[in-house]
Amino acid sequence: MIEVKNIKKSFDGKVVIEDVSTVMKAGQCNLIIGTSGSGKTVLQKCIVGLFEPDSGEVLYSGNNFTAMKGEEKTEIRKEIGMLFQGSALFDSLNVEDNIMFPLNMFTHNTHKQKLDRVNEVLNRVNLPGVNKKFPAELSGGMKKRVALARAIVLNPKYLFCDEPNSGLDPQTSLVIDKLIKEITIEFNMTTVVNTHDMNSVMEIGDYILYMYQGRKEWEGSKKDIIFSKNQLLNEFIFASEFLQDAKDMRMLEETGKIPNHRNMDLMLDKDTAPLAPPDQGE
Amino acid sequence: MTIFNDIGRYLLMIKGMFSKPENGKMYWKEFIHQCTEIGFGSLGIVAIISVFIGAVSTIQTAYQLVSPLIPPSTIAQIVRDTVILEFAPTLVCIVLAGVAGSRIASELGNMRVSEQIDALEIMGINTKAYLIMPKIAAALLMIPLLVVIAMALGIWGGRLAGTMSGILSGNIYDKGLLEFFVPYNVFFALTKAYVFSFIISSIPAFYGYYVKGGALEIGRASTKAVVVSCILILFADYILSALLL
Repeated sequence: MIEVKNIKKSFDGKVVIEDVSTVMKAGQCNLIIGTSGSGKTVLQKCIVGLFEPDSGEVLYSGNNFTAMKGEEKTEIRKEIGMLFQGSALFDSLNVEDNIMFPLNMFTHNTHKQKLDRVNEVLNRVNLPGVNKKFPAELSGGMKKRVALARAIVLNPKYLFCDEPNSGLDPQTSLVIDKLIKEITIEFNMTTVVNTHDMNSVMEIGDYILYMYQGRKEWEGSKKDIIFSKNQLLNEFIFASEFLQDAKDMRMLEETGKIPNHRNMDLMLDKDTAPLAPPDQGE
Repeated sequence: MTIFNDIGRYLLMIKGMFSKPENGKMYWKEFIHQCTEIGFGSLGIVAIISVFIGAVSTIQTAYQLVSPLIPPSTIAQIVRDTVILEFAPTLVCIVLAGVAGSRIASELGNMRVSEQIDALEIMGINTKAYLIMPKIAAALLMIPLLVVIAMALGIWGGRLAGTMSGILSGNIYDKGLLEFFVPYNVFFALTKAYVFSFIISSIPAFYGYYVKGGALEIGRASTKAVVVSCILILFADYILSALLL
């Protein structure tokens, strides 16, 4: 479990994170969502210690990470895995060496044991047999999966993902999302995902924190989003007609009515319905 | 104010390098890798420059020594001392600031921009110690060796040019090399080489490590690193000459 208490962070006098507190539980995907520039990446970097917060605390399983020094911090960091937006694979190392790097640095296992572990995590991310390929030879989705394999190779307790779907097609995004979800449950990790991909929110979000202009604007479960009356959240989540329709359909199923002023006839109209197939006639 | 801010950050970076390695074997591997990159990677250009510097020194010295009262072996003495005192340590290090320095700055800059440094930090690795320390240590080992090689090749290049152009025979050149030789000059040259090695490796490491932005900024940081390194080398050259000669 990760507890964030009253985190504040500013750069050159400009406040980027303002008094954010939250609790992220183990075994679930905790999502930080928000528009670009809302402070979600800075918040995540404050949580993992890449940025020093101006004030506030971050507690990993009750241990105050922000107050820790050198060695203690290193011990916590060994329990953290992170999937970066651009994958952050080491260009000069092949896939096998990239994944083996944390094992080489922090374990005294034999080469055979390390290689077995590398193959195990590569199989886990459904990417067997790419050991000798270099990052430049991989597609965006493959890079993300290799980075995910490297992030989990030391069996971390905490997994952080920064925009895991950026630059990926919807199908590959879904694969990455499912992998993150499966791994979170399988290893009972505390997973924190930074995203503005609404498919991810609906696919893997167990707990969602919505950031707006550096503040925590809303938090709750995926189900709560549907019934939320927070205007800013609704504007962000249901910005597209498609998602608004999906929400309305869900509301209709759950409550039998739609609370807003949208015209259901329009939604159910065959020609304008979002899932209607394209006109093949011409 | 920016310059004081930069000096402060540079000193903190140097301080940050000194910590217990997470895994000595991995640090050693990185050190050997850097020795190969800095040492063998620059050997070719150093060899070419040294030979030609020696050759040009011989021809130009002979051109200026027109008096029949000055023995031809003096040419060898002048070439030897010029190469040892100035050309081998200073000129070679300025070239190395371009070759090795820009490589260090762009490598670290690329790692910073593509979040590879952040990835190492998250793993619990002291990136200053793991990425910068081996580069500086490798430079301190390999660059003085390159300077020694440059001295030998420069003097040999002078001999080659002298004999090929008929300025003086090989025997006279060899005789001149042994006359009035001051071993302290080699010590002085190596002292300069060590100081310059530190500049060549630490300044580009600083600019690369703290780069912000994208590909354009990596290029700018690399250029700035080379320019600042060259200026500092020339400044240190003057200070060391004034203090030690």
